[in-house]
Amino acid sequence: MNPANLKYTKEHEWVRVEGNKAVIGITDHAQHALGDVVFVELPQAGDSIEEGKPFGVVESVKAVSDIYAPVSGTVTAINEALLDSPETVNKDAFGEAWMVEVELADPAQLEGLMDAAGYEAFLQEEEH
Amino acid sequence: MKRTPLYEAHAKAGAKLIDFGGWEMPVQYAGILEEHRTVRTRAGLFDVSHMGEIDVRGPQALEMVNMLITNDAAKLADGQILYSPMCYETGGIVDDLLVYRYEADHFLLVVNASNTDKDFAWVDRLAQGFEVKVENISAQTAQLAFQGPLAEQILQRITDIDLAQIKYYWFAYGKIAGVECLISRTGYTGEDGFEFYFAPEFALKLWDEVLQAGQAEGAQPIGLGARDTLRFEACLPLYGNELGEDISPLEAGLGIFVKLDKADFTGKQALEAQKAGGVPRKSVGFEMVDRGIARSHYPLALEGREIGFVTSGSFSPTLEKNIGLGLIDANEAQVGKEIEVMVRGKGVKARIVAKPFYRRS
Repeated sequence: MNPANLKYTKEHEWVRVEGNKAVIGITDHAQHALGDVVFVELPQAGDSIEEGKPFGVVESVKAVSDIYAPVSGTVTAINEALLDSPETVNKDAFGEAWMVEVELADPAQLEGLMDAAGYEAFLQEEEH
Repeated sequence: MKRTPLYEAHAKAGAKLIDFGGWEMPVQYAGILEEHRTVRTRAGLFDVSHMGEIDVRGPQALEMVNMLITNDAAKLADGQILYSPMCYETGGIVDDLLVYRYEADHFLLVVNASNTDKDFAWVDRLAQGFEVKVENISAQTAQLAFQGPLAEQILQRITDIDLAQIKYYWFAYGKIAGVECLISRTGYTGEDGFEFYFAPEFALKLWDEVLQAGQAEGAQPIGLGARDTLRFEACLPLYGNELGEDISPLEAGLGIFVKLDKADFTGKQALEAQKAGGVPRKSVGFEMVDRGIARSHYPLALEGREIGFVTSGSFSPTLEKNIGLGLIDANEAQVGKEIEVMVRGKGVKARIVAKPFYRRS
């Protein structure tokens, strides 16, 4: 299930807002669609990411997928553990497999994201 | 899209289906890594009914086959199989195939699914000059592959002939689960195992009964995803990756399947000239030194100069490393040399290593 405390994008990223910071990852639906994740590439702390632009890459055995920034901001932390254990994405997409934490450049961008109910409706739509 | 007789069974088993050369095929069931490990440690069943089969029969069947392929079919006995590329006059590869000899005047060619129409047209054109009849029997032929260290013991329980009598690259006729099959000890995984051919109406019965026979040992259905990682670790070439119209078998490392001492075959002149002049490119294996996964068509570089490209690259489930195959400038192909894989525009360090990556013990 998609946690109610997160916000979601149409590119299947999730965002958890903590004050003026946002933690970003990919959704359980995304990891399932990818299959076994074997590689994750992330930016470095201090890098800027820009809403709607790729900021990282996740690779399964067969596929290479960009991860898109749900919001703009400056990276304050990355999940280093994920680089050595990319399979965590398959095991705990919404928790341990968080990818980056950013300081929000424009908190108003959060309003453009979906809540859990909206994301579920979007997934259903995508299936058809 | 074309479907095999097992399409419904794959869908029911929860397979993820993809378009593979115009065929709607299962890419995975439980997951590529798990399926890969199943074949390396136990046994896995593959639907390979999409493969192409061409029947060649007539007094000049051997002469025609030997003009078609670079390997020498004259060395085959009845019931024996050989692997070979077949080339254009340019020395580029039309496809790679298995040649089964039924009898001196009757052969079966097994070709890649996505090349079947092209290959049949090529074979048919060559056949015009010989006293032979060639027939595309792909639609009347279903095929399963059962591969892995436990494949023989599992399959033996539902087979009426002694499988131990079938040596590597030989075939025999027998009944599996009561169904008449041509059973060959061949495969595309680097493991021991069998491929069997039969009438399509029995596909579902065979599929179910082989899986059931292996249930206790953990046999599973395997999709094309794991088929690719398995063949890749064993360095078995894939058409469209390691092989293609503009790659010669000498470049691809298939020199032992090119018999330049044979009277004649299509592409012989070009390959002789290439050998005499020095083969310009060489297929090499490499492993990533720095973080990153090589993917097919990524450029390979040495000190900023492009020296070739990746033909296949992946995480290796058995070695748990990121590895690749590349076609590079033959002058730079020494084992141990450090090269760079251009991943999304950035050079990532890799090292040339000996092939194959995996060989069964």
